[in-house]
Order: sequence, then C-alpha cells, then structure tokens
Amino acid sequence: MIIKQLSVFLQNKTGRLTELTRTLSESGINMTAFSIADTADYGIVRFIVPQPEEALRILKEKGFSVNTTDVVCLIVPNEPGGLYRALQVLSDNEVPIEYMYAFASESGASVVIRSESNAQVIDVLQANKIQLMRASEIYNL
Amino acid sequence: MIWNEYIEAADRERLKRLQNERLTQLIERIYFKVPFYRKKLTELGIEPGDIKSIDQLSQLPLTVKDDLRDNYPFGMFAETQQQIVRLHASSGTTGKPTVVGYTHNDLNTWSEVVARSLTMAGVSRSDIIQIAYGYGLFTGGLGLHYGAEKVGASVIPISGGNTRKQLQLMTDFGSTVIACTPSYAAHLGESIAKDNIDRTQIKLRAGIFGAEPWTNEMRLQVEKSLNIKAFDIYGLSEIIGPGVAMECEHQQGMHIFEDHFIPEIIDPVTLEVLPYGEIGELVFTTITKEAMPLLRYRTRDLTRLHVEKCACGRTLVRMDKCLGRSDDMLIIRGVNVFPSQIEAVLLEMSEASPHYQLVVDRVNNLDTLEIQVEIDDQFWSDEIRVLENLRRQIQNNIASALGLTATIRLVEPNTIARSEGKAQRVIDKRKLVI
Repeated sequence: MIIKQLSVFLQNKTGRLTELTRTLSESGINMTAFSIADTADYGIVRFIVPQPEEALRILKEKGFSVNTTDVVCLIVPNEPGGLYRALQVLSDNEVPIEYMYAFASESGASVVIRSESNAQVIDVLQANKIQLMRASEIYNL
Repeated sequence: MIWNEYIEAADRERLKRLQNERLTQLIERIYFKVPFYRKKLTELGIEPGDIKSIDQLSQLPLTVKDDLRDNYPFGMFAETQQQIVRLHASSGTTGKPTVVGYTHNDLNTWSEVVARSLTMAGVSRSDIIQIAYGYGLFTGGLGLHYGAEKVGASVIPISGGNTRKQLQLMTDFGSTVIACTPSYAAHLGESIAKDNIDRTQIKLRAGIFGAEPWTNEMRLQVEKSLNIKAFDIYGLSEIIGPGVAMECEHQQGMHIFEDHFIPEIIDPVTLEVLPYGEIGELVFTTITKEAMPLLRYRTRDLTRLHVEKCACGRTLVRMDKCLGRSDDMLIIRGVNVFPSQIEAVLLEMSEASPHYQLVVDRVNNLDTLEIQVEIDDQFWSDEIRVLENLRRQIQNNIASALGLTATIRLVEPNTIARSEGKAQRVIDKRKLVI
C-alpha cells in the first residue's frame, strides 16, 4: 500500500528539468505519475517510476538532489464527488495532508497523497472502503 | 580652519615628546589595571618604566580582535564600572559583539577629535548638520553628534533610514551638512532626482562620509548628485569610533590624530613594521584612552601613511583610503560581516555546516547580501513548507546575529563552485577596487 515516490530538489534554472527527464529517458525509466511544486527560487519534482531504487541510484550518481518519500495512492471513481468522498473521510478523521496530485491510470483517476502519517491514511481509507492502489499495481502501470 | 592648531600643526618633535610621555603612562596604566596586558608584558619581560619612547613600539605586543572576544565583555577594561559612562558594541567575529567602553575623559577626547574632523570639512557654528548615521550601539551616530555639538553646529539627530523624512527635514530645516555612509548619500542623491525635489530648497554644501569603503568614482557621483564636497572620515569603535582620522579640504589622505592614536603600518604576514609610504596593515595604539586602552591594535585595514606636511598646514600623518582588508571581513550597509559569523549561524542549525556562499552586490546604491545554501541531506525535504520554514529560520537567525537582513536562496548540492576542494565563500560584485 505504501508507494515509493522520488522527489528531486531543482533550482529554477533553464534546462534543469530537461536534464532530469533526459537522464530518466536515457536510463529507460518511465514515469507513471508526475508533479512539480514550485517557489520563486526552486521547485520539488515528485514522480513515481516502476523501479524507484534504480532511479534513485542513477539520479544520485548524476548529482541530483534526490530522495524517496513514502506516499499512498488511491483510486478515485471518475465521476462527480469521487475525490470529495475520500477527502471527507480523511478530514472527518483529522488526518493532515502535506500534498497531493492526480494522474490518469487504467483504473481511472488516481490520486497520490502524502501525509505525515501514511499508516493512518491507509487505515482510515480502507475502513471506509476506498480503494487503494497496491505497490505492485502502480509499478506495473 | 584648524580646530586645535597647537596639536594639528605641531612641530613633529614636540608631538613626539607628547606621544612618548603618554605612551609611558599608558604602559604603566595597563600593566597595573589590565591583567591581559600585564600577562603579555610580563611574558616579554617588559615593566613600567622600560618603555620611554614610541621608537620602542615594535617591542610591544600586538592586540587582535579575538583578544577582545576572549575577554568579553569587560575583560579589556582598565577602569571599574563606576568610571564607565558609555558602552558601545559592534558585531564580532563569532556572534559575540565587540564591546567598547568610555570614561568621561574618553567622551571628551572623542568629541575633541570629531570637532577637529568637522572643522576640516569647514563645519562651524554657522552650520546645520543632519546626522544620518545610526544612533545606538553603533558608534557612528553618537560619535558625530557630540563632536558636532562641541563645534557648535545645530545638530539634527535624525539617525539612519527613512529617506522621505531625511529629505523633508533637509529642505525644511535647510541642513548644510550631512553625515552618513557614502552609499546612503548616493541613495539620497537618487531620491532627490526621482522625487523631483526643488534643488534650490537644498542648502547642503558638505558631506561627512565613512563607516564603509567607497571609491573616488562614488565620491564624484555623490558630489554631483547632492551638489556638495564629500569628505572621508575614518574610525573604528575599538579605537574610539569615527574621528580617528579625517580628510581636509586638500583631500590628500586622512589626517590621523596622533596625539591620541599612534599609527603604525605592519606587514600582515611577518608582522614587521614598515616604513612610511609602504602598503601594509594599519595598527593603532591608543595613548590617552582610559576605559579601554589598546596596545598596537590590528585594524586589518590595508593602507599606507604619508608624513609630509599637508598644504592645509597640518603636520599630522595622513593615511590613504583603505585599499582592502587583511582578513575576510565585509562591510555591508555599514555592518561588519565575517563569513565565519554566517557559518556559525548555519552550524547552530545543523550537524555539519552546509556549503554556502555570500553574494554581495550594490543595487540602487544600497548593499545587498544574498546567502546561497546548498540543500544537502541534513536539510533535505520534499515539502515546500519545511524548506520555506528553513529559509525563514536561516534569515531570522542571520538577522538576529548580524543585525542585517539577507536574502536566503536554497540551491542544489554541488552548485557552489569549489576551487581545490575549498568553496569560494564570498562573491563581492560591488566595484570598490580603488
């Protein structure tokens, strides 16, 4: 249920993101999900790949400021209120969310959630019958 | 005009006799009153009575800023607290401020040397002087203040900043003299042009500028934009504050008030004393100071001395504008900054000091400081909130340690250039090379 996400600290400098994607491309690594959080000076690129450990090693070798972060991925029905129901459950249980982003998968819409307490996210969502993606599923996308 | 012709235009032999007498008394005072100096002199086998002439200065021990830090706060004082009437402090090398104290007599000395300085710039009781140096722990504001009152000028103790108010009082009160840092003077000049202030309303004719390095180009620029004659004043709080030396109307270097402060130039590496005319580190012995006398204090300022009589009639030795520093101290908006202070702040926040770089620049004539910090594993987070908190925390800690607002930029690891494994800590983009 816990997914390993890669997070890269990048300075806002022309070509840095190109450099990152080129490195992944040359290593034959496909990104399943991707998002950027940005500020005036820098950004954090967060993405999920089928081989996180290998990607981590390669990016470190190339000098990127990279680490893995544990996240949870839920499957949201592609219909009005799909995301709302999951979030309502989390806020009812006072589970804080640090950040989230969505991506499209075969099962429909999927949402990556990062919380200080991933275990709590999993417990609460499962107790409310909200479908979570398994690590094996996301890495096979 | 010369404020104290008896001293400032003294026959150099007579001046030397006065210095000899005062140096002899100084050695006696510090031997009996300052344990730090008693120990140093004893180690060299020197006792009161052994030193009779300033020709023997080179036998005496040097004093460095670290000595002041090691004896923080009052260990270097030669007088008891009952005799101390004023305390000033400036930022030190490692977070602890450098403290200086003054007795009543010291304040009188200070007023005297500032009065001489202002007189060199033609300031008299017919002037209205706007003192835009910071008042407070910094010696700039209060130092100029008492000297200006001694001269009899009308003093506007406006302190630093608040440009709009500065310009309003300058026009409404008809200030004829302004005292501030040269970069602030340049800023005032630009504001006058930008705000379309009626120049006929401005009565300024002279500026007393110091506390930071400036070039002759800046002098010309400020003289033009403010329509004044710009004078260079030199000082450091350890010696007394502003008024250690001052430029006369001939602007051939700054006259050092040698009846109070004996200058020497040493080679900063071998510590050998260098003859007049050679460039080296400026060293001062304060022969009249009571509260905190210093023996051969290393200023770290690089300059040279000229002993020839000046066209103004003064016989006092002149020092050139400072050519640089023999350490890595930066002067940013008049505040002394050592890279080691920044490092100390970063080290307090982490286990190992991250790689950092200081980028100093001058934008619209005001100094800016940017601190680039590499995000290594100990600071790493993939949450913007955490990184932004880190940035703010560094900024706050720097502000409280240095009294200076810096822009903090978080950068990727290994992006700060390293030469031979050692990071280049400072990039100073200000064009100050003279």
